[in-house]
Amino acid sequence: MRRPFRRALGRIALYLLVAVIVVYTVFPFYWAVVSSLKSGQALFGTELWPRDPQWSNYTALFSQQPFARNILNSVFVAGSVVLVSLALGAGAAYALGRVRFRGRVPLLMVILSVSMFPQVAVLSGMFELIRFLGLYNNLLGLTLSYLIFTLPFTVWVLTTFMRELPQELEEAAMVDGATPFVTVTRVFLPLMAPAMATAGLLAFIAAWNEFLFALTFTLTNEMRTVPVAIALISGASAFELPWGRIMAASVIVTVPLILLVLVFQRRIVSGLTAGAVKG
Amino acid sequence: MSAAGERVGRSAAPAAPLRLRARLSGMQRRRRRAAWLFLAPMLVVLAAVAGWPLLRTVYFAFTDATLFEIADHQWIGVENFSFLASDPDWWQAVWNTLLFATVSVAIETVLGLVIALTLNTKLRGRGPLRAAMLIPWAIPTVVSAQMWNWMLHDQYGVINAVLLSLGVIATPWAWVADPTLALWSVVAVDVWKTTPFMALLLLAALQLVPNDVYEAARIDGLGPVGIFFRITLPLIRPALMVAVLFRALDALRVFDLMYVLTGNSPSAASMSVYARQQLVDFQDVGMGSAASSFLVMVVAACAALIITAGRVRFDTAGR
Repeated sequence: MRRPFRRALGRIALYLLVAVIVVYTVFPFYWAVVSSLKSGQALFGTELWPRDPQWSNYTALFSQQPFARNILNSVFVAGSVVLVSLALGAGAAYALGRVRFRGRVPLLMVILSVSMFPQVAVLSGMFELIRFLGLYNNLLGLTLSYLIFTLPFTVWVLTTFMRELPQELEEAAMVDGATPFVTVTRVFLPLMAPAMATAGLLAFIAAWNEFLFALTFTLTNEMRTVPVAIALISGASAFELPWGRIMAASVIVTVPLILLVLVFQRRIVSGLTAGAVKG
Repeated sequence: MSAAGERVGRSAAPAAPLRLRARLSGMQRRRRRAAWLFLAPMLVVLAAVAGWPLLRTVYFAFTDATLFEIADHQWIGVENFSFLASDPDWWQAVWNTLLFATVSVAIETVLGLVIALTLNTKLRGRGPLRAAMLIPWAIPTVVSAQMWNWMLHDQYGVINAVLLSLGVIATPWAWVADPTLALWSVVAVDVWKTTPFMALLLLAALQLVPNDVYEAARIDGLGPVGIFFRITLPLIRPALMVAVLFRALDALRVFDLMYVLTGNSPSAASMSVYARQQLVDFQDVGMGSAASSFLVMVVAACAALIITAGRVRFDTAGR
């Protein structure tokens, strides 16, 4: 009699804990959605559900500032960074994952440490470089600078996946007289598609979220990416921030990410663990 | 040479005829040369966007370069560093960064472990739960900072409203404006954003622990607490240390959260915030570079400390 009772109690405690975890992780975003649908005085109340949902915050966002342009900027920068990283990373991953050569391990360590060092450490050098190339206040400047964190990461994830592929594949290609270039493009590239999707997705999210470089290397409203636009939204005075509009902007940039994450859940988790747990 | 011949030659390499061995080693050499060709573009780009700017930053740290006239500068030795050493705001930033990194990573590790252990039990709806955990991770840092900024608002924030109605606090608190609270608010937001990530990494490690290990321990009469400390923790320790290392290095370079939540206010500014303020707002490239060079040394020292103390091993390097 007592044992089942205790087990049931344990079960209830477990589900209570789960409920607390879910509320803790999801509530802030839920609150942002609710706040974005409130306008006027309702915004300053605390109802958990907007009694009279309004879209005015969303329309204001697009009519009073170039937010559509900011979104396009973010898409362009993140997209181009992903393409360049994958193109450069795939070849490098073949070399690092399949070929044994002297200096391979130190090289992997250097790449790992680059992905870990603070972005601010290259800020002045990068500023000089970007100005020298004439890319200040230009989206291409952001594409270039973002490679510092997407490239090492992409190489690392692709190398991990590349190593798991069976040795026989390559031997068969070699026996058939394929050059290394053909081996990579015809044999490995198609097999790497899932890994490239994972690495690309993670690189996209990282670039989409980046703030420091975007804040420093752009100047005008029209060139800003979404995070910078959201951080710098201001109202009539410094003390009257338009919170409804800020929340609306937050929801707009987060919803696509959340959808991506939900759809590719498994892939993202495996990519993250490949990047961190395994090494 | 036929395919079969090649296979045989490979498996019996020592006995293989000299010509075949020469051919195989020629092939290896060709592959190695190809490997460097494949690596070259990536290495060139990495050197251009990481190596070169880093070297320039270290160089600028010893000059009086300004943002306005970056090319027109003079070597001034360690003057920037001695100014840095005498600036109380800088030491405040160093202290803030170290405190922030230590406290937030510690909380994230413990909380992440609790969540991971919860998710590792037989539970209905584990899939959706894991998806919910990814939400904070996917939200851009700037967005989560703004969301919490609004929730922590001193007059209209939902957190003050809830705490007031529960009678926990008597008057609304200014969570981000009050210098004594600001840093802890930043820690709270960081914990919210990154604990799920930690939990997922630890969950992946937990799922690799074979079930029979637990069964054996239970048969030997070990209780749940004993199982956790004597079986689970030692087995996931390598993964845990790597996760801690990555999180700590990430926390030491924190910028977005503080910039959005507290602006440049010295009471909560991190080293990155201080360095960027010198560099961009005060246009002092020399000082900003000195501060960032110092940050790199701190990060390197912490990494070395965690790697030695935690005996972190990178599998990839070993293989």
